Amino acid sequence: MQISFKNAFIAAILTAVIVTPVFGLHLTRQGAQTIMAPNWNIVLIAMAVVFVGQLLRPWLALPFKALRSALPVLPASPARGNKWIIALAIAAAVIWPFFGGRSSVDIATLVLIYVMLALGLNIVVGFAGLLDLGFVGFYAVGAYTYALLYHWAGWGFWEALPLAGAMSALFGFVLGFPVLRLRGDYLAIVTLGFGEIIRLLLINLNQFTGGPDGISGVPKPTVFGMEMARRSSQEGVSTFHEILGWTFNNQHMVVYLYLMALLLALITLGVSTRLIRMPVGRAWEALREDEIACRSLGLNPTRIKLSAFTLGAMFAGFGGAFFAARQGLVNPESFTFIESALILAIVVLGGMGSQVGVILAAIILTVLPELAREFAEYRMLLFGLVMVLMMMWRPQGLLPMKRPHRELKS
Amino acid sequence: MRFGGLLAVDSVAFDVRRDEVFAIIGPNGAGKTTVFNCVGGFYKPTAGTITMDGKSITGMPSHNVARQGLVRTFQNVRLFKQLTVLENLLVAQHTQVETRLLPGLLKLKSYRRAEEEAMDRAAEWLDFMGLREFANREAGNLAYGHQRRLEIARCMITKPRLLMLDEPAAGLNPQEKRDLQGLIDRLRREFGVAVLLIEHDMSLIMGISDRILVMEHGKTITTGTPEQVQSDERVIKAYLGEE
Repeated sequence: MQISFKNAFIAAILTAVIVTPVFGLHLTRQGAQTIMAPNWNIVLIAMAVVFVGQLLRPWLALPFKALRSALPVLPASPARGNKWIIALAIAAAVIWPFFGGRSSVDIATLVLIYVMLALGLNIVVGFAGLLDLGFVGFYAVGAYTYALLYHWAGWGFWEALPLAGAMSALFGFVLGFPVLRLRGDYLAIVTLGFGEIIRLLLINLNQFTGGPDGISGVPKPTVFGMEMARRSSQEGVSTFHEILGWTFNNQHMVVYLYLMALLLALITLGVSTRLIRMPVGRAWEALREDEIACRSLGLNPTRIKLSAFTLGAMFAGFGGAFFAARQGLVNPESFTFIESALILAIVVLGGMGSQVGVILAAIILTVLPELAREFAEYRMLLFGLVMVLMMMWRPQGLLPMKRPHRELKS
Repeated sequence: MRFGGLLAVDSVAFDVRRDEVFAIIGPNGAGKTTVFNCVGGFYKPTAGTITMDGKSITGMPSHNVARQGLVRTFQNVRLFKQLTVLENLLVAQHTQVETRLLPGLLKLKSYRRAEEEAMDRAAEWLDFMGLREFANREAGNLAYGHQRRLEIARCMITKPRLLMLDEPAAGLNPQEKRDLQGLIDRLRREFGVAVLLIEHDMSLIMGISDRILVMEHGKTITTGTPEQVQSDERVIKAYLGEE
């Protein structure tokens, strides 16, 4: 009991230190002056809560243990799976938007963008085991590549898309070189830095990138060259609807965007699934397990890490270009560190390496904040709470990757 | 090889001939593993040269050394633990399969053929080592003796010219040690691979080696055949006597 009191006391003191500057001191106006008014009540209450909480800790832990065993056991990610189930799922995904409401389809499009991004980061973090905290940088490069190509050269979405991917891949390659020697935490910090550097470059290269205002008016993707809009932006050129004799409806645009996002997401999923089963995918996993053993077998760790970085960045680039098309405008504010953290959270939550898990996590982490709009203020708090609970209950992720990818049949 | 103030390996010179089993023995801390690490490219030697078939490989990075046909096992087995036994053997063939992206993505014939051959080779080695029943099991779940065999199979599947074994008998029971001896001999005879090994088990060393190098405190004490080494007084004093 002695030790318990001492711990609780120390915890209470620490609480006071932390709470005082954040909640305990207020700046208020008194006439023409601004003074600092302390609010000691809050500090004392916080100290009391922590003190009592520390003392009661053993009893408070009990329900958590019960919680752990009470929660259902989720299976590992399903295997390659039934072709029929996959076909059915895709068919459902294609048909659904024609019956969905506008905001639902809009959210679904956002989900698909995050799916693309998360699958890309999954390669870097889940497979190659490289902790990349600056993934948003490649996302930004993709978005800005399209925006800049439109702004300075009038390019449309489909022309710019491959180039957006290529530019992101190039950035991934170039940024990959200096960081490859680094391990774990150091790699994380440096990649975090790179993400920020890209954002700052975008803010400061005013003449070129439009600075903090960014670039607006970025056009949406066309349908085989025909614009999908109410009115054609060019003289004498018909829109998609005019050619088909349909009346334009905003819903059509929303559904069309969704379908394009679905297409890109499916391509991303298909390509990354192939990559995983190829020698390069095996090399990524081997590298994650034991770099020295890899070297002793003739595998070049630098080349393998670079391939993971580059390919992951490329997918982020595609996601970014689509994001630009959907938003219509790009500015540096959309590409802060929080985005990197969110995408990383999706990958970790889904189960590092698991494609299906990552998709599921992308859906959950994008849809939930939208549903819980009333709790928007507490969004970050809930976010943190969910992550903590996940780490306690199921640290391997929702649907951990099912191994092996290759089996020997007798 | 000098680490700061410590001269771990001092003027050690030897050669390994084709089809030869060459052993390095010595008390713990003699510098044997350091020699391995230098030869394998894991350390860059501060002085001296290493050549393979006349070609200098001094200071070559370890993955390039491996590509020259020089592979090694590790004292504490370094398998890819979460990968299956089969996958360990597939990864080891990385340099022999089609690693370019486009043929793989498009599933071209050349790619598929290379993958099939890799599977076949893996299956052959599984049979050779008697590990076939464990093919789809996680490598980390294997019994220790099996893990060691897998590690050797993983090395051999790269078609090496020199196989370096770092204390391959450590942790094995007497029967397993006898099997290991037979295995090394068989590898040498059937695949023409030279073997360089570090070991403490004297019966294994004396039974399998063609020549032995004895080290102590980073220096060579003597080199010779098992009979010569066994009867050398300096060796007996430094090493065998302590056993």
